[in-house]
Amino acid sequence: MRVMAIVKASEASEAGEMPSEEMLAAMGEFNEEMVKAGVLLAGEGLHPSSKGARVTFGGDGERTVIDGPFAETKELIAGYWLMQVRDMDEAIEWMKRCPNPHDEPGAIELRQVFEAEDFGEEFTPELREQEDRIREQAEQNQ
Amino acid sequence: MTERGARRAVGAVWRIESPRLIGALARITGDVGAAEDLAQDSLVAALEEWPRSGVPDRPGAWLMATAKNRAIDRLRRREVAARKEEELRREVELDARLSAYDPAATVADEIEDDLLSLIFTACHPVLTAEARVALTLRLVGALTTAEIARAFLVKESTVAQRIVRAKRTLAEAKVPIEVPGTDERAGRLASVLEVIYAIFNEGYSASAGEVWIRTDLCQEAMRLGRVLAGLVPREAEALGLVALMELQAARFPARTGPGGQAIPLLEQDRSRWDFVLIGRGLKALGRAEALGRPLGPYALQAAIAACHARARAPERTDWKRIVALYDALEAITGSPVVRLNRAVAVGMAFGAVAGLDLLRGLDDQPALDGYHLLPAARGELLERLGRGAEAAAEFTRAAELSDNAPAAELLRARARRAGAATP
Repeated sequence: MRVMAIVKASEASEAGEMPSEEMLAAMGEFNEEMVKAGVLLAGEGLHPSSKGARVTFGGDGERTVIDGPFAETKELIAGYWLMQVRDMDEAIEWMKRCPNPHDEPGAIELRQVFEAEDFGEEFTPELREQEDRIREQAEQNQ
Repeated sequence: MTERGARRAVGAVWRIESPRLIGALARITGDVGAAEDLAQDSLVAALEEWPRSGVPDRPGAWLMATAKNRAIDRLRRREVAARKEEELRREVELDARLSAYDPAATVADEIEDDLLSLIFTACHPVLTAEARVALTLRLVGALTTAEIARAFLVKESTVAQRIVRAKRTLAEAKVPIEVPGTDERAGRLASVLEVIYAIFNEGYSASAGEVWIRTDLCQEAMRLGRVLAGLVPREAEALGLVALMELQAARFPARTGPGGQAIPLLEQDRSRWDFVLIGRGLKALGRAEALGRPLGPYALQAAIAACHARARAPERTDWKRIVALYDALEAITGSPVVRLNRAVAVGMAFGAVAGLDLLRGLDDQPALDGYHLLPAARGELLERLGRGAEAAAEFTRAAELSDNAPAAELLRARARRAGAATP
């Protein structure tokens, strides 16, 4: 399964402050570990919200554009990783090893990515039933 | 942390750390079975300790230090009198090596060498293909016996036996646990690549069962491939294999229709292809090509998959390039299956008649006897030439030969379509 690890923003990241050399080195090493373990699929850092914008949807179908920066720092995003892991526990264990991306308390949020299977497109109830039958049979086979 | 939380953390740490742990212990003990036993000892200790004292800061180091201490304890507690001299000598030596090993002082390169040795050992040619797959998934993939059994649709006891026998074979053949030297390297690496690709193929085209794709296995194979490519970054074929798997896996979301029917490549909805994997696959292929040597079989196959991946629509496929790549692949492998695939590509690039001519040349190949893709390819070309009845006959024959239900159904549907089109 895939898990997205979302790095929440901080005052510093929103101010566009560059991370220290030590932070960059530590983060580089961490990324390297995930690459070597074959679990890192993608990862990017995001510019501060001052360079961004929002499209908001009114209930009436109207759209409004608002330029950044946005106030709720703790709810903003500073970057993400996309990981391939066997389960959420594995993703958590990896992220526990991540150096704190900021010089202040912060958070990394982990969310499971929807895949085709989850939408039932690949694995219909009929197929699931079939698969169960085969597994049962395999259990009985020598 | 709750008891349950700690147990789940142990499981996750085990999946991340155990291959390196077992690799290091295998080097010290010279035996893969002993290494796994010792590693399991430290797992047991973790399951006892961590719910009480919490998960340590550096869990890998904790496991290694614990394995080492428990091993030494075990050795020293045994009755001296009961053992033969030879055994005693070996134990003294092992004790010395364990005592000398300082997990904290281990350098990254050593850890990587240990893991690479483990991979080469698990894929050793002295083992049967099935044994190599099971042992690799167990020791390097950190899959449980139950998980391996479920993936291959066999009994758990079958897998357990396979693994026990594999370890015994390695011990009896006195296989040294090391990274092969330059003479052996190419052959041994080929064996590793073969194992990883076998795991991928098992998930990709379940031949024994009815389900078209088992993605867990494919994901594990890709992960193992990436681990290997990270350990041997100058081996173009390792990169080529990763590229091939990622580019093929990229098509999974488009490969089955609702209800499980197979959708062939040229009819797939390309907007459903996984662009993260395509990007990665193309990058890995680029790195393989940048290593500057002539491309090997995996890289060539990846390059062919890349031709498809780059085409936004089927009619924009660079078939001539694909033919050229098959030329190179045929020159290396001489495989009849490659010649068949080349004929199909020629049919697309230079016309159906040219393709059919080449297929005629394959009629005498014993390796293709009973291979459903040969009549299927012929049917395809005949249909394009408007020879509907002949095409239908070929598709029907192909369906009979196929042992995969979605594929057979697809072929029967094509037979009906071709037959209906006859003027």
